Amino acid sequence: MILVFVESWNNQFKKASFEAVSYARKWADMAGCSVKAVVSSGASNPESLAQYGADSIATLDLAATGPGMAGQLSTMMDGVQGVVVAGTAVGKTLAPTLAALIDGALSTNTTSTPSSVGPVVVERGAFSSKGIETIALSEGMPIVSFVPNAIGIEEKAGAGAIESGSASGTDKVAVSEVSVASGKVALPEAEVVVSAGRGLKGPENWGMIEELAEVLGAATACSKPVSDIGWRPHSEHVGQTGIQVNPNLYIAIGISGAIQHLAGVSASKTIVAINTDPEAPFFKAADYGIVGDAFDVVPRLIEELRAFKAAN
Amino acid sequence: MNILVCISHVPDTTAKINFTADGSALDPAGVQFVINPYDEFGLTKALHIKEAQGATITVLNVGGPETEPTLRKALAIGADQAVRINATPTDAITVAKSIKNHIQANAYDLIICGQESIDYNGQQVPAMLAALLDVPMVNACVGLTIDGSTATAKAEIDGGHATYTANLPMVIGGKKGLVEEKDLRIPNMRGIMTARTKPLSVEEGLSGSNTAAKAFRKPAAKSAVKMVAPDQVNELVRLLHEESKSI
Repeated sequence: MILVFVESWNNQFKKASFEAVSYARKWADMAGCSVKAVVSSGASNPESLAQYGADSIATLDLAATGPGMAGQLSTMMDGVQGVVVAGTAVGKTLAPTLAALIDGALSTNTTSTPSSVGPVVVERGAFSSKGIETIALSEGMPIVSFVPNAIGIEEKAGAGAIESGSASGTDKVAVSEVSVASGKVALPEAEVVVSAGRGLKGPENWGMIEELAEVLGAATACSKPVSDIGWRPHSEHVGQTGIQVNPNLYIAIGISGAIQHLAGVSASKTIVAINTDPEAPFFKAADYGIVGDAFDVVPRLIEELRAFKAAN
Repeated sequence: MNILVCISHVPDTTAKINFTADGSALDPAGVQFVINPYDEFGLTKALHIKEAQGATITVLNVGGPETEPTLRKALAIGADQAVRINATPTDAITVAKSIKNHIQANAYDLIICGQESIDYNGQQVPAMLAALLDVPMVNACVGLTIDGSTATAKAEIDGGHATYTANLPMVIGGKKGLVEEKDLRIPNMRGIMTARTKPLSVEEGLSGSNTAAKAFRKPAAKSAVKMVAPDQVNELVRLLHEESKSI
């Protein structure tokens, strides 16, 4: 079977969690085996995973951290042919910990489903999206951690039998505080990202960026210089040394498009660049471009999108 | 306090990436190599700890002799000694096992890695190392204080932050925030001179691999951008809806 770790936050599944089950289903269909989902016993509506292809759904009391959960999964490997984990913050720590515990073969930053299963061969982003690596998981348990949004969610019914499980796992760190902004779309999982740079001239001008993001249900992001000078928090910095995103739509406003920034966004399906400088390198990486002043274009775009939303 | 800072030798962030004609590897021609940016934040954090409470800083890289200038640069920035584990870093798990062997033969209180290297973007070695050593780890770490044998570490999580406490020794997967960009140090002439005489030892690493890189290629080039006049934003909305189906 293919074992898929299904993350929940405040007892709700994340979008990437459904995508993980879809990934496991595709892999299992190639390998001719079943899909077993592992979920927190607190997660609401575990049976909903059946519609994405889970044949069995094991609920258990999960540890609090990625390494603790990996310890639990490492005791559940009987009959398992492969493991799928979404590349969320938790998954990015869980997957390599598990690989080390069971001496497995891990592909992280994975952008494709397997092209073959003997051995498992997948594609992954490398060199900060400047390259694509084809990698074979040749020795030991194959483990895939994929980039959220890269695969997509597909409905396909599985048997969906719920079983309660137990596995011991120990957290080696104590969680003392967690703060997550409510009502905001988390950047790594966002389908639409509205990003702005020094062209905005100052942090006081971000109101229209947030308004545009709200209309689109988007996450907000920024360029590196903007986070370095403190206009926006580091957690919004998108680029080679910041967060790498792959939304359906990335709108870059007042960002020139330095190679380091493009490395973090080039996996986006559609890119819109808005810049006063017609020579801005971003126009070479974009699908659509507007040469114009953000202070003029963005309010119009908000207005047009509101009209569009009202009509559709 | 003994701090180990693991550094990767990677193409500069501005480098244009090309692969060899057969697609089997990076073509290093014309590429300048630097200390992995994520690791630079970790090295600077180690220097801050040393200056505040005293420490010996060892920098370590798994790689061939061509990576030694990168280790010397870390020495010039202020590390006390360097170790090169002589092995071709083909696979994160083999790299982590080689580093584990070094750590078990040399007691370290704190192991700082960058959360990922900007070449293979695996984000694997720090967590693997912690699992192999059976010690705590915090990934995406953006703040660290050490008080005696206890660490308090702030980390980015999806949509926010979490703070953890753990007992040393532990492994950190760090990034910007551990120190700020403005805190990063450029080696000065005195640092470069003293780096020449600081110890750089070579140990043999492990070979073998659980994964095999079969091929590398560049992403397909984007087709030409479609320009929209700034007074026709409605046209952009139409294209995003009808053509790219983004909204």
